[in-house]
Amino acid sequence: MTRCAVLNRRIALGGFSGRRYCQWLLLILLVASPLKAQPTLTFEQFYSKVSVLGLEFSDRVKQLSGQQIEITGFMAPPIKAESQFFVLTKMPMAICPFCSSDADWPEDILVVYLTKRQTFIQNNSMIKVTGILEYGTWRDENTGFVSLLRLRDAQFSEL
Amino acid sequence: MKASWLVPVTFALVPVVIPATAFAVNIYPIDRATMLTGGKFDFKVEFDKQVDPAQVSIKINGKSYQQVWSQKSDFIKDEDGLNASSVVIKNVDIATPGDYKVEVSAGDENGTVSWSVYQTPKKRQAKNVILFIGDGLSVAHRTAARVMSKGITEGKANGRLAIDDLTNMAFIGTSSTDSIAADSANTMSAYMTGHKSGVNALGVYVSRAKDSLNHPKQETLGELIKRTTNMSVGVVSDAELEDATPAAVLSHTRRRADKAEIVSMFYDIKPDVLLGGGSAYFLPETTLGSKRKDNQNYIERFQKAGYLLVTNANELKKQGSSADKLLGLFHTGNMDDVLDRRFLKNDVTKKFPDQPDLTEMTQTALDVLSKNQDGFFLMVESALIDKASHPLDWERAVYNTIMLDQSVAIAKKFAETHPDTLIIVTGDHTHGISIIGTIDDDKPGNDMREKVGVYETAGYPNYQDKNGDGYPDRVDVSKRLAVFFNNFPDHYEIFRPKLDARFVPAIQNEKGEYIANAIYKDIPGAVLRSGNLPRKSDTGVHSVDDMIVQASGPGAERFHGYMDNTELFRVIVDALSLGHGKQE
Repeated sequence: MTRCAVLNRRIALGGFSGRRYCQWLLLILLVASPLKAQPTLTFEQFYSKVSVLGLEFSDRVKQLSGQQIEITGFMAPPIKAESQFFVLTKMPMAICPFCSSDADWPEDILVVYLTKRQTFIQNNSMIKVTGILEYGTWRDENTGFVSLLRLRDAQFSEL
Repeated sequence: MKASWLVPVTFALVPVVIPATAFAVNIYPIDRATMLTGGKFDFKVEFDKQVDPAQVSIKINGKSYQQVWSQKSDFIKDEDGLNASSVVIKNVDIATPGDYKVEVSAGDENGTVSWSVYQTPKKRQAKNVILFIGDGLSVAHRTAARVMSKGITEGKANGRLAIDDLTNMAFIGTSSTDSIAADSANTMSAYMTGHKSGVNALGVYVSRAKDSLNHPKQETLGELIKRTTNMSVGVVSDAELEDATPAAVLSHTRRRADKAEIVSMFYDIKPDVLLGGGSAYFLPETTLGSKRKDNQNYIERFQKAGYLLVTNANELKKQGSSADKLLGLFHTGNMDDVLDRRFLKNDVTKKFPDQPDLTEMTQTALDVLSKNQDGFFLMVESALIDKASHPLDWERAVYNTIMLDQSVAIAKKFAETHPDTLIIVTGDHTHGISIIGTIDDDKPGNDMREKVGVYETAGYPNYQDKNGDGYPDRVDVSKRLAVFFNNFPDHYEIFRPKLDARFVPAIQNEKGEYIANAIYKDIPGAVLRSGNLPRKSDTGVHSVDDMIVQASGPGAERFHGYMDNTELFRVIVDALSLGHGKQE
């Protein structure tokens, strides 16, 4: 909205209708977006089996592995301000298991490794993350943090 | 101002207060420790700096420690690079009751502590002891459970809880060695060892050792029973079995978060019944969902040691009672609140839809343990009273309290046919929770605050229990109890139960401070409450208020007046007569 308003002013100088420009822009976006659509994953789709004796990844996770996917969720506060990974949760989380000694992460989280550092987003707002899906237990050498499911080369944006 | 007269008095006191020597030592067990005859402990002296071992003198009632204990002592010249020496003697005990003075010196460092060692009566009073812990159980939880479960009209309760008729009662002090405020680790540890400890610690004194598993140990009740008797031991909780309260029955660590190690301690002691959540720490790291960092498969190890494994309510019901040794794991983490499991049709229990109720776990544990002619000790924890109270979700906490009460009813029924059973019901610490009246949706307007009824405008809530299961049929009635916590982070007060999932009052921002969780912001009537806790506090905290302990059966008469939480251990060991060494 804001960006379009700025454009409006510029375009108006050139004798175009700002509103029409915005409409064109929207149309282009609408036409272009299906082409760029990438598969989405939801938190409910992570596991096909959750049992006391262990979990199993779903077929969807296995199929999408290695592909660029999109997922929405909430950003748990990063371990360190400069860290290049964060934990994506389905709902905002009250406890930070990194800081609290008696808490653990739930199973349905996604660890997101960013292509480049991005500013922390308030856990209060939902974000959209894209990246390459990877599954299987893996331990981060720098932090010792063990993840089951990850996004590599990821970036995120506010919704 | 007016207290200026204090200044000269204070100055006058200073020379008296400062000890004569410049260097003090820490001695564990600490001053005023009370100990059971024959109860094992690690003795440790921490000097302030490096000392010459030839100069170290440790005297117990005037006798050199080598004359008192045959165990080898370890002299650590420079402990953990702190440039200070320590002496450690592991697994010692004192066999003769009485008062003991321990005097330690090395050069210009010295220190003294006094211990009191007690013997238990010769005659065993109780065959069985069942200890119920409502984690965080406070007076308001009990009152709300009675009102919501039994109803109340014209000022009188329409029924009584099972806990209401236990014969004896006392107040309990819950503070820890390092802080007036306590957590579930050191409070339960005090019940289970008879020694005080520090926040986050289980079955150890908090010394300066860096390794969390290398602090001076205090023998736990679970170990003592297994070491000296043929009794059975059972541990039941709806938290992870590695959580502080169940862990305290038999484990030793300065950090309650050492959950993988706690599982191995369970395995070493082998309680006969283990029922609860927390399977993730039993699974080897190669199994998806494991939280171990090694390849130990404790499910297999327990099975090989003769345990029957059950993983849901159906299996527990069908096979549980037939077992001699029973391992029931019903969730990878903490089990779910009874309000979600049995009453709200939400998504919370989708992952583990067939979790047993605490009542079913209690009954099965009694079925298995009571096969032992030598008696048993059973600890049953309703853990989620606390876990729901922290995030200010009082409805879930009260439903969990009703479940605790129904479990106590099962134990009372057992005691009818086994009158040599001591039943103790208490919490480990309290929460700052209080009932102040009602909230009536039918009062005019949209401002929820104006719907809070106090004094004569409160009247009575309209919960109903038509099916007679002891729980209100609906939690979201139009006229509800008004219950508030006295300490909280920033959050949105919505004046009504959270039907989708447990309340998450605050979440962290980029500065590491907790701010109100915005998902409740747009609920009609939501009001932002600014927190009164430090901004680093994620949820409500424990209160320092006294705990209530109640009991019935042989030994229950010992509960009266005000007691320290370490005295609960003494009541149990006295009732079971555990101070006479190995029983034949």
